[in-house]
Amino acid sequence: MTALLDVRGLSAGYGDFQALFEVYMAVEEGETLAIIGANGAGKTTLLRTLAGLVPASSGTVRFAGADLLAVPAWKRVGHGISLVPEGRMLFPSLDVRENLLIGAHARRGGRWNLDRVIEVFPLLAPLLGRPSEVLSGGEKQAVAIGRALMANPRLMLLDEVSLGLAPLVVKQLYAALPEVVEAGTTVLVVEQDIGQAAAAADRLVCLLEGRVVLEGDPDCLTRGDIVAAYFGMKAET
Amino acid sequence: MSVRRTGQPAAPGATAYRISRSTAESKAGLAGSALLVIVLFTLPWWDSDGSLQTPLVVVLYYLGLAQMWNLLAGFAGMISIGQQMFVGAGTYALLQFAEAWGLDPWLSVPAAGLVAAALSAPVALFAFRLSGGYFAIGTWVAAEAVRLLVTESNDLRGGDVRSLTRESLGDYSLETRANVTYWLALALAVGGTAIVVVVLRSRVGLALRSVRDSEDGARSLGIDVIRTKALVWVVAAFWTGCAGAVILLSAPSTTAASAFSVSRWMALVIFIVVIGGVGSTTGPVLGVLVFWFIDEQLSDAEAWRFIVLGGIAAVMAIVAPRGLYGLIQRWRPLQFFPVRRRLIGPGADSS
Repeated sequence: MTALLDVRGLSAGYGDFQALFEVYMAVEEGETLAIIGANGAGKTTLLRTLAGLVPASSGTVRFAGADLLAVPAWKRVGHGISLVPEGRMLFPSLDVRENLLIGAHARRGGRWNLDRVIEVFPLLAPLLGRPSEVLSGGEKQAVAIGRALMANPRLMLLDEVSLGLAPLVVKQLYAALPEVVEAGTTVLVVEQDIGQAAAAADRLVCLLEGRVVLEGDPDCLTRGDIVAAYFGMKAET
Repeated sequence: MSVRRTGQPAAPGATAYRISRSTAESKAGLAGSALLVIVLFTLPWWDSDGSLQTPLVVVLYYLGLAQMWNLLAGFAGMISIGQQMFVGAGTYALLQFAEAWGLDPWLSVPAAGLVAAALSAPVALFAFRLSGGYFAIGTWVAAEAVRLLVTESNDLRGGDVRSLTRESLGDYSLETRANVTYWLALALAVGGTAIVVVVLRSRVGLALRSVRDSEDGARSLGIDVIRTKALVWVVAAFWTGCAGAVILLSAPSTTAASAFSVSRWMALVIFIVVIGGVGSTTGPVLGVLVFWFIDEQLSDAEAWRFIVLGGIAAVMAIVAPRGLYGLIQRWRPLQFFPVRRRLIGPGADSS
């Protein structure tokens, strides 16, 4: 079976600073894959490279069989890739409804629309007319995810979902993911919380200093394996 | 919980929300604006001595210029300090079309706009590589470069005083020329405002505002940032070029220094928009009224006019960054032009 996303030998960085070193990974259609790693491991750079916001210096990325690196960032949404960026990055001059609608600018046909997003995140219904700046962190994250879904993505890239959010809010946001996957969207989520990532994902990939150091089914990996890979230590036996 | 758009029935058990662009104020604003345009259009027939018509030509073309700069700076985040290059391009294009080639002066106005739009393309290739303050400086540098080229050109003779001769203005009577120039200035103001309203009501408007907030964010949502910016850049250049042509028709002699004047066609326009309110369609209208008032009071003191307007703009930028329109919004959130969709229903914040 051909992977929906096939990353081979991907290197990327910022100017002279290289953040990713020959990353290999594959994401199957319909799965939830979590990328874990400590600060500076290259998780966000990987997602931003896949979204086209950071140029790749070498390697190949094929998405649904097509060469993704040849596609400019703004066209990748039309190809089926949506990014939920770190820090949510809502547009401050747009209200909540406009922030959601702008996600549909390059929409593909599919099941997601404003009504469907509100069904999945009912907390947004009374907030639609509000400026996005006044929302809480959890509300902003729900808008950011909803905005990405408005494009009907085949692959949603979720960066640091739990960053700065209360555990209960994180739990509510993760509770929506199975519905997203069931609707036909594959999820690639970057997460620092190992427990949350292991609970939500079908597969884990651990990055350390820009390289993949561990990959596998969370049910088959021991906590020792994951912690060792996360911090770059030898696994305890 | 669901959202009901205007005209759609609510699902059973759903909380009913309506989304609408129109408000009572915007309907009143549109009706008032339409009435004002009709009154202004008929002005040549009842302002027999031209005491209102003559100053209004200036006010109206300044409103057209202000709306275009506001479209760029206020809605697209493109703070250009080089729009005078398109004013000058329009002015010299009209001189060339009407004076050198003998084309009809009125038909030459849109043609002058096309020349300015054509000029905007190579400038964009250079300026769009810059952002923020560098974009502002880059556009200013480009404008100065164009001014120098026109000044040094043997064909355009920008260093000399050039005038539209009686022959190039055709067989039109003085009154007809004055009236048509006034109507063209009115069209610049009304059309400029309409362009901003139409752009903001479209998908491009939402994309523009997202680009202003974050280019990377907009790009990651599938917005072609360059094309979106280029669209309003070219439209603004076209309209500003048309304004340059109308400016020449209203005072039919010029030099390159005057036609490409940064103080007359950029500083004053910025003052008008800052005083009225950057990033609102109503702001430039309010700003140009303040400009008119100051201009009338200080008509004999050109330097003081700049000092007073600049002083007011500086104070407004500090105490009321959203200008007079922002101050009105603090009192009551009014929307005179129906550009933003608003949520009507329980829990909706009408901000």
